Amino acid sequence: MTFAVRRDHVARIAVYLVLAAISAFMVFPFVWMLVSSLKPFPEIFSGAHFLPEHWTLHNFASFFHQTNAARALWNSFYIATATTALSLFLCALGGYGFAKFRFPGRTLLFAFVIATLAVPFAAIVVPLFVMMRNTFHWVDTPWPLIVPSAANAFGIFFMRQYMLSIPDEILDAARVDGASEPRIFLRVVLPVCAPALISLGIIVFIASWNGFLWPLVVLPSPQHWTLPLVLRSLQGPPGRTPYDVLMAGSVVSTLPLVIGFLVFQRRLVSGIMAGTVKG
Amino acid sequence: MAVLDQSSDSMSPAVRPTRTAGRLSLRRRATRAGWPLLFVAPFFVLFALFSLYPLGFSLWLSFRDWSLNGPARWIGLANYRALFHDSLFWQSMLNCALLFLVYVPLMTLLALVLAVLLNSRYVRLQGLWRTLLFLPYIMSGTVAAAFTFQLMLDRNAGYANKFLGFLGVSPVPWLDSTWWARISLGLLVMWAWLGYNMLIMLAGLQAIPPELAEAARVDGAGPIRIFARVTVPLLRPVIVFSVTLSIIGTFSLFTEPLLLTNGGPANATTTPVLQIWQNTFSFLRVGYSAAMSWIYFAVIVVLALTQYVLVSRRDRYLEARR
Repeated sequence: MTFAVRRDHVARIAVYLVLAAISAFMVFPFVWMLVSSLKPFPEIFSGAHFLPEHWTLHNFASFFHQTNAARALWNSFYIATATTALSLFLCALGGYGFAKFRFPGRTLLFAFVIATLAVPFAAIVVPLFVMMRNTFHWVDTPWPLIVPSAANAFGIFFMRQYMLSIPDEILDAARVDGASEPRIFLRVVLPVCAPALISLGIIVFIASWNGFLWPLVVLPSPQHWTLPLVLRSLQGPPGRTPYDVLMAGSVVSTLPLVIGFLVFQRRLVSGIMAGTVKG
Repeated sequence: MAVLDQSSDSMSPAVRPTRTAGRLSLRRRATRAGWPLLFVAPFFVLFALFSLYPLGFSLWLSFRDWSLNGPARWIGLANYRALFHDSLFWQSMLNCALLFLVYVPLMTLLALVLAVLLNSRYVRLQGLWRTLLFLPYIMSGTVAAAFTFQLMLDRNAGYANKFLGFLGVSPVPWLDSTWWARISLGLLVMWAWLGYNMLIMLAGLQAIPPELAEAARVDGAGPIRIFARVTVPLLRPVIVFSVTLSIIGTFSLFTEPLLLTNGGPANATTTPVLQIWQNTFSFLRVGYSAAMSWIYFAVIVVLALTQYVLVSRRDRYLEARR
């Protein structure tokens, strides 16, 4: 008996040790990035101590002086916000259409929506760029980042899943009261879906904020760059990369997401779990 | 609000009780069929314009020689023939396959085990562990993450080798040898996506009724046996979903290999997307990139379909046995 209890204790301690080790691996890069951003350049490479010997905010000042970082911060912010707003509206609208109406071809159309998930962005990046450049003249504007992926399969699937749980009675009651369909969507459906909208909104915002390949292609001019493009421009030839400034910039581009994550963590986690449970 | 709106909606039976039921429901059905089509229309319009059309355009380009400017010249199958002999492109495909083997089995198993642990009452502070494991998601695929790993894995200054030295292990050329570069890349991707995959599995686990595991326990099955014989089979659809995402994700890698290793050393970490990007913007071989995009797309579809077919056949097999 005592042996069994002791064995259980040992197993439990082992499980916690494994969890702690993996969690440490998950958190360490964040800490490393922050610590490095607060070190003078020579200290990063002498690397005698984990914590800075001479704490400094100089790297952050350099980041904002050497690059157009303030502008990029604003670009990243308003593009991500606009993308999120438009995407939420169109995905909620599409999800509502599929969840709460019967119409001919619904099943087939919805299957088609899901099938579009199999088209990887990289397969269309080149022709899409040519369209943006030659037809739309949208290069160096925020539009290519906001519009093309605004109504996407994941978002529509996500909103549909949530809206399936809305009772039809609420909608019918509004109809009996004489509310028009657009009005029902705006005044009844959207408020009821607030939790799902917040979850999806966080996912879309993060994706837009972190986006790299597409901005790299459609935003060649520095004044239109988003933060990831500014960071990338700091990379030098091997051995010449200013990691001090680069880490400060990385902190600047990551910190808003970390704060948002800590605030909305539960919504984000439940969103990811809800969006994939029947995938 | 409802009263004000009555003028705009004459279909409600409460408003116009005089109409015959048949005509009313017909008209009502017709209008209501219009609204949902309008609601789902934006997706199809945007998809047609910004995905379907580009796919067709890319097919058109793939039979031509074009340098982004001037007229495109028809060259038939020359791009595809050249691609067939482009060892760098096939190397990039092979790199992704190798990278997949480096991290996906490990990541999937770890995600599964962690999800089971965090779903059981065996572990306390589940919320805390879940948060910590999931945190890297917010840096997944980012420039910042790639550079942070580059610094951590630096042969001289990096903390990875310091840590190994502390354990008495000799330094590792993380980014400077072909296999270690692939492992480093796998490490970065796994770091970013382990928590996400764990959440998917956790969602799947919570949909399984706990009575099943309980019944197995009553029958005398140990935890490992329950995991292998009850949990994993029931979770198979979710595992398949997670692996499918990993296949597409691995073959679509761009930011990480570009910034962490720049496709090197000796092209060991170059990827199809890097090749497409380079051929378009560095070499201005747009038609060639278009052909590449199509082959890349076809490979991903074939991989995903193969996996789907294998899994559904296995399902039928299990059904038959029962």
